[in-house]
Parts: sequence; C-alpha cells; structure tokens
Amino acid sequence: MSTPFYVSPQQAMADRAEYARKGIARGRSVVVLTYADGILFVAENTSRALHKVSEIYDRIAFAAVGRYNEFENLRIGGVRYADLRGYSYDRADVNARGLANVYAQTLGTIFSSTGEKPYEVELIVAEVGKTPGDDQIYRLTPDGSVVDEHGSVAVGGNSESIATYLEQRHEEGTSLLDALKLAVESLARDPNGGAPRTLTPEQLEVAVLDRGRWQQRKFKRLLGTQLSRLLEGDASAASDDEEPPAGSAAAAEGE
Amino acid sequence: MEAYLSGTGRLPAAFLRPGSSSFIEFLGDHQPELLPGRRELPAGAQPLQAPHGTTIVAATFDGGVVLAGDRRATMGNIIAQRDIEKVFPADEYSAVGIAGTAGLAVEMVKLFQLELEHYEKIEGTSLSLEGKANRLTTMIRGNLGMAMQGLAVVPLFAGYDLDQSRGRIFTYDVTGGRSEETGFAATGSGSLFAKGSLKKLYRAGLTAEQAATAVIQALYDAADDDSATGGPDLTRQIFPIVSVITDEGFRRLGDQEVGELAKAVLGHRLEQPDGPQAPLL
Repeated sequence: MSTPFYVSPQQAMADRAEYARKGIARGRSVVVLTYADGILFVAENTSRALHKVSEIYDRIAFAAVGRYNEFENLRIGGVRYADLRGYSYDRADVNARGLANVYAQTLGTIFSSTGEKPYEVELIVAEVGKTPGDDQIYRLTPDGSVVDEHGSVAVGGNSESIATYLEQRHEEGTSLLDALKLAVESLARDPNGGAPRTLTPEQLEVAVLDRGRWQQRKFKRLLGTQLSRLLEGDASAASDDEEPPAGSAAAAEGE
Repeated sequence: MEAYLSGTGRLPAAFLRPGSSSFIEFLGDHQPELLPGRRELPAGAQPLQAPHGTTIVAATFDGGVVLAGDRRATMGNIIAQRDIEKVFPADEYSAVGIAGTAGLAVEMVKLFQLELEHYEKIEGTSLSLEGKANRLTTMIRGNLGMAMQGLAVVPLFAGYDLDQSRGRIFTYDVTGGRSEETGFAATGSGSLFAKGSLKKLYRAGLTAEQAATAVIQALYDAADDDSATGGPDLTRQIFPIVSVITDEGFRRLGDQEVGELAKAVLGHRLEQPDGPQAPLL
C-alpha cells in the first residue's frame, strides 16, 4: 500500500487559489463604476441571453465573471435570498452588505472544503443609495474574501491593469456619459501596450442602477439604439426613460 | 435571517438548486409555513368576522384597460376602514383588484407581485398575460380551505397583453375557476349593481378617460344599492382608486385626477340621482 504524499495546508490552499484564479483570468472583464446618479455596469459580452450583469433586488445588482454555471447558480441563490428576506420582513430590509456576507460564507465554505472544487468566479454586489455617499460596492473573490470597493472596480482577465487605469481616471460625481466612455476605454485597452480594440454596442452588456428612476426597482439595462447613442456621446439618450406618470409615486408607495 | 441559513451562514442547498423560476414553489420547498395556503385551521373553527373588501370593476378601452375599486372595508355591519386600497399593480403591465377577506387578499397580492417579479429576474423575461392569470388561479385554489371557513378571496385581474396589443380582463370564482371577460367585469358584494350599470354605459371605442368615468359611475351605482360599497367621500376627499394600463404600462390616476372625474359624476347625479339614462330602443 502506498502512502499518500504529504501536502502542506499552505500549499493546498495556494493550489486551490491558483486554480480559481486561472479559471477567472481566461474570461473577459466586467467593470463597475459610480457616477453622479448611480452605478454603472459594463461587461464585454457578446451574448444577449447569458448575462454577466443582473438585477437582484430593488437597489441591488450583481455582476460576475468566470464559470457561467457557477455564477448563475449564485445569482439565483441571491435572488431567492433577497426575495425571501423582503417577503418575510420588508423590502427596505434587503441590503447589499447582507447579501455579500452570504455569498462570502458560501464561497468560503466551498473553497476550504476538500470535497468540493473551488468556484472559478469573482462577483460584484452593488447597491445604489439615496445619495452618492450611500452607494456600496463589494467585490467577492473565490476564497470568500470581501473587499469593500469605492469608485471603480474591475474583475476578470487583466482586471489589475484595468482597475489601475480606472482608478487613475475615475472621478466622483462624473456623468453617465463620461463614466461609460471611461469604462469602454478601459475594456478596449491592450494590456501589452498595443493599439486599443474597438468595442461595438453588440459586444457590450451595459446596465445601471439609477437612483433617479421613479420605479421601486432601480436596475435598468441600456440596450440597442439607446446604448449606441450613449456610446456616440449623445447625452440626451441618458434621459430616454419615460416620465413618471402622475400619481405613480403614490402607487409605488402604496405597495 | 439566521433561520434561513445553515449553521455556517452559507446559502442552504435549496437556494442553489437549479430548477424552478417560481418563488411560490421555492417557498413551498424551503419554508412552507410562510405560504398562505399551507396554514392549518383549528378543527371545528367557527366562521370569524374579519374586514372584507367589496367592489372592484374593470373595463377595456381602445389601447388598454381600466381597473378601479371603492375604498370601503366592512366587518359585519361595521365600516372597518374608509380608505382601504384594493387595487394594486401586479407588475408593469398588469394589475389586480381584490374583493373578500382583506387581510388574506393583501397577502395574496404581495405574494403574487413577488411571484411575477421573481420569475422576471430569474428568467430575464416576463410571463405572458395568460401565464400570470394562471399563476393567480393556483394561488386562489390554495386558499380554498380558508374560503370554506368564510374567508374567501376573489380577485379581478386586468392587464395589457403585449402580444395581442389590447387590454384583457380575467375574473375568478372562489375555487380558482378563471374566465376571460369581454368589455367589462366586476367582482365583490356590489358587483351585481356595478355590472348592471356598466352594461348600459359600456360601448366599444371608449377613450381612457371615458372608461375611467364609466367605472366611477358603476362604483357609484354599486355604493347606491350595496351598503358594503363606499361611494366618493367629498368630506374626507376619499375617491375610488382608478388605474389605467396601456402599452406604456401601469399608471394609477392621481387623487386630483380621480377627484375631478368623481365630482363631475356627482354633479350630474345632483340632477339625475339614478345616473345617465340609456335609450329604450
């Protein structure tokens, strides 16, 4: 009978972290930045059906990179968690911090359990507040660490160089148009210093958590012509949203 | 929240299990005691008195549908509430009005709204209007045990069908039986009078405002003959809730808007207490 090789716990954890990191680095990136009226999500994603950015709850959205089946599973778990919590307490009692904690525990337990393979995902949970100061962005790594991010964050392949690029240029209180421009620039850059690629609207998945929306649910995807116009720098496209109908605010409060 | 999570604070397996897009199914699997229909009534329970909501009316018009309800809740001969709200948006393109036991009905609506929103978030697309109407059937059926104890909930569901580009109305009976109505419909204690009124007032080709006036007339007629239905209350400025659903989505008319329509109706009633008269032939 052969004796199994001894692997030190440090080595085992390092191997798992390396495995997850490699899986994530293969994929395209997602960037999240704050702007004056909310939080902007931009992902490089050619699919219209398999989303990297999704709505979780009224003020909370989710972005992810890595293995699709794994983060989709976590997304559905998050929607169920938020809806159940809002149903048993109140809609106001669902917050990003609670959700980030649950994700952190879930990822952390899976990461350190020898029976399971670590998830190859990196998540962002963001919540838009009533004022820019209340905006929250959490980044979750496969080992279950939570990082409280401010201003801008990037996950996925080349995330480090994209994050540095964003950090140097992102300003608080910037307009949606400028934030979108910066986000697309950061994704289009060649990490090896070559000429930047051109990203068309079809290659981008863009969504916002807009605190100015009159609806209870602040999440909105920017699609089709509206996105093309925004990318061309047409600021009027930002306010394409329908006007709040009279009496609707009362209706939303009455729910 | 601890109760929902396993000891380590991670999401329990039920949360991560792939499959159903239905929140009700998830709840039934994971926390069945939170589902309204799963509660056991004590054996031999007597019918009890609880606030009841009364009359809901709906009428289609060119390009949409209006759904309106009076504001009264009664408990036996007592007026339990003067300003209860019984018409709710179900999602962006549909609304539900409730008659019956107010407490159970409001809970049912809350769960129904969540069911539609949950599906939309999980699937990334909304249910068809038929699909929404069928979900409501299932929920009413779950309440059958309560209904047999006198705690019935009978909603009226109206919405704009984006595929067929028209407003549609669905009525239900207490067992969940669903039927689509053409033109107009009513439910609740004053529904007989409201339906009789709408029968004479409704015609094809109404505008949204005309349809809103018609349903306010119908609610006035219901309040005229049914003690459990409340009419417009000028002293307290309490008017019916009127919502309009078109291809632009759900819109609840503001108090001022409804107030003006209701005052116009009242003004005519000062001259003709029985309301507008239809030609004999």
